Amino acid sequence: MGLRDALIPAPLRKPGKPGERVNGDGASPVLERAKEAPVDLVGWVDERTGASPFLTGLLFRKVPKGTNWFYTLGSATLFAFVVQAITGVFLAMFYVPSTTEAYDSITHITEDVFLGQFVRGLHIWGATVMVIVIFLHMGRTFFFGAYKYPRELNWVIGVVLLILTMIMGLTGYLLPFDNRSYWATVVAMNITASGPVVGPYLADFLRAGAEIGETTLPRFYAIHMLLVPGLMFALIGAHLYLVVKLGTTAPPWLRAETKPKSLREEQV
Amino acid sequence: MADAGDNKSVTGPGGEPEKPKPPGYFKGESMTRRTAFMALGQAFGGVAVAAVTLPVVGFAVAPMFESPQEEWQAVGPLDDFTSDTYRQAVVTAVRDVGEAGKTTVYVRRGSADLDEDPEEIIAISSRCAHLGCPVRFYPSAGSFICPCHGGVYDFEGKVTGGPPVRPLDRFQTRVSAGQVEIGPRYSVTSQLEPVRTRDPAAFTGGIWEYLYPPRPTTPPAP
Repeated sequence: MGLRDALIPAPLRKPGKPGERVNGDGASPVLERAKEAPVDLVGWVDERTGASPFLTGLLFRKVPKGTNWFYTLGSATLFAFVVQAITGVFLAMFYVPSTTEAYDSITHITEDVFLGQFVRGLHIWGATVMVIVIFLHMGRTFFFGAYKYPRELNWVIGVVLLILTMIMGLTGYLLPFDNRSYWATVVAMNITASGPVVGPYLADFLRAGAEIGETTLPRFYAIHMLLVPGLMFALIGAHLYLVVKLGTTAPPWLRAETKPKSLREEQV
Repeated sequence: MADAGDNKSVTGPGGEPEKPKPPGYFKGESMTRRTAFMALGQAFGGVAVAAVTLPVVGFAVAPMFESPQEEWQAVGPLDDFTSDTYRQAVVTAVRDVGEAGKTTVYVRRGSADLDEDPEEIIAISSRCAHLGCPVRFYPSAGSFICPCHGGVYDFEGKVTGGPPVRPLDRFQTRVSAGQVEIGPRYSVTSQLEPVRTRDPAAFTGGIWEYLYPPRPTTPPAP
């Protein structure tokens, strides 16, 4: 019994080949019993949820030949999002979304709170990293042709996630409420308003009126930490479901083997 | 309503057995009991969702429809202003947001050289008509110049260069007890005709008046 078998409880282990023994290798009964404890616990949950086929399917799914480091960019994006979510939750413990107190609360986080500068720095730089990694992930998908049938819907979901990330960047930029964020948001709102017919109304909705004022900042804060993250969590779930369901593509430089000989082997 | 016992399979005209009638079937019914209840359930669900969503959306949209209070702010005695250059004045555009809510207004008297009424007070907004950055008046050049994207306006606020789409906005003015007072903002067309105030980047005049509608609560142009 190897280390991996000791660490992974039986229901989550890779299913054995027919006839292969999975459990019991003749060790002492006490040790055997102790080893069974986590198995019992996982088994208890599994019996009531039926989650193990789903989890083994997720963890031991087949990937095509030629899978390389470029295929980790999606996970890197997910990691960047999780970092933003976690640091964001903790920043919210000190941030005050009020036009008169926002800037002071930000300086308080940076200068007084233990590790505040580090956590805020992670959130700021993490935002930039997330946008960069998203575009690398998108480039990988594009250049490897991984957006083609039957994965078009996942591309569409990815584009929506990209737009939502941009909205996160836009709404987060106002929150420190210093001169830079104020004027950047003024310009962004006026670009929004420059769209004919709907533009002025959309800008009015975002600003909660004609000018950036008292109501605008809490509104951006609510969009930034509740509305858009909720949508992103849901869409990331759908994105990952489709990745697992449809599988990944082989890199374009690998051709499918179409020689009759190999076909015949499969048919035996 | 017919009994459940009536639901025997009946032989149809083609000799094939017809589908058994669902429970509660009666002759001439237009939808089954199940369909009716499904529709009713969906309708109740829709009402419940609407009862929560509509007030919430209204709550978020409501500030758009708040009418701004008409305010007049004094910026100095009439004698301080001349017709050949602008004086800066600072007024509060948005209340309760501190310094961020203040805006600079450039004020002068009407100039006879430009065919203006010398009694008139002209107040030009520092909000660039491109994307809303603050413009600055340079007396040596006689121009307003925007630091962000290089918009240039002449002495009257008309565009002479750069990306802005219309002249600088103006404010209504009046003289009260010897003090010049600044009132509501309004936009102008390229011919300096007053129109209802628009956001920066919105064209004014002609068909643009319809393509960039003013918000419903905007006060009428003077």
